[in-house]
Amino acid sequence: MGLLAFFRRNNGTATVAKERLRIIVAQERLTRDGPDYLPLLRREILEVIRKYVNVDPETVQITLEREDGHELLELTVALPGRS
Amino acid sequence: MTEIIVVTSGKGGVGKTTTAASLGCGLARRGKRVAVLDFDIGLRNLDLIMGCERRVVYDFVNVIHGECTLKQALIKDKRLDSLFVLAASQPRDKDALSAEGVRRVLDELIADHFEYIICDSPAGIEKGAHLSMYYADRAIVVVNPEVSSVRDSDRILGLLASKTARAEKGETRVKEQLLLTRYNPKRVANGEMMSVSDVKEILGIEVVGVIPESPDVLAASNSGTPVIMKTESDVSHAYEDAVARMLGEQLVMRFVDEPKRGFLARMFGG
Repeated sequence: MGLLAFFRRNNGTATVAKERLRIIVAQERLTRDGPDYLPLLRREILEVIRKYVNVDPETVQITLEREDGHELLELTVALPGRS
Repeated sequence: MTEIIVVTSGKGGVGKTTTAASLGCGLARRGKRVAVLDFDIGLRNLDLIMGCERRVVYDFVNVIHGECTLKQALIKDKRLDSLFVLAASQPRDKDALSAEGVRRVLDELIADHFEYIICDSPAGIEKGAHLSMYYADRAIVVVNPEVSSVRDSDRILGLLASKTARAEKGETRVKEQLLLTRYNPKRVANGEMMSVSDVKEILGIEVVGVIPESPDVLAASNSGTPVIMKTESDVSHAYEDAVARMLGEQLVMRFVDEPKRGFLARMFGG
């Protein structure tokens, strides 16, 4: 790698692409095997929460885990800190 | 033994048909009996890439509807004796294919001792794409090192794991392998393009080949010659390597690093 390439590398967008994909692919895999209503459920729960607290939609994570015999729906909402 | 291989991607324009044609040729060059099937009903393309567009008389849907025999519809390649093409239908609507119809054609090819059946999937996740992967033993997922292509490939991996005959019957899963196309080692070195290992890490499946970005691909499609037949091109060698890996050979990945340059060029880039 040349000097110019070294400096150029810092401006490279490949790492941004990888990071964005890592997050979206992980999220889509979690909901992929879940029921079709999951995205709608996520949106509606989010709307209810937003009536009371102003949360960023990106901080809401919904996951569905399967353990033998039952399913566990987990919803994590990061509330903004009090200021 | 027949292996059914789907060449798929989700996103369009990433090199599925180019790949299906070249893998078919590569396997046939190694003496395998190969049929390449175009599942892109309504938008026939494989015949053009293979250079047999003027010899299409009957197509996939004609065979399924019993309007001709499979033997009449299979087009024998002019370059390779053991390579055959089944063209997609142009004027039909895309619902003309049915799971039972596809199964009948595949069974007939198996009975005819084809060793590899390569299914060239259309873009998207509609019926044609679904049927092209439904009976597959192996999937070659073609991906460009670019965000939308990688995401769509992951979607396809999800379908391969749930919407295939193997998945539905609970058999061993479809063998999934990645094939990166339009790879530009220089841009990867500059940090402008995701690397092989980046894409592999995100999608989590083995890489069967990396095809460098090259003007040779367009030149080959212009002339109706599968690019693997252009033996002076790096692209041809990269596809040959992919074919060898499909057959179980262990090869070091070529064409993934920037070509060596002189000292000054290295210092100042370019």
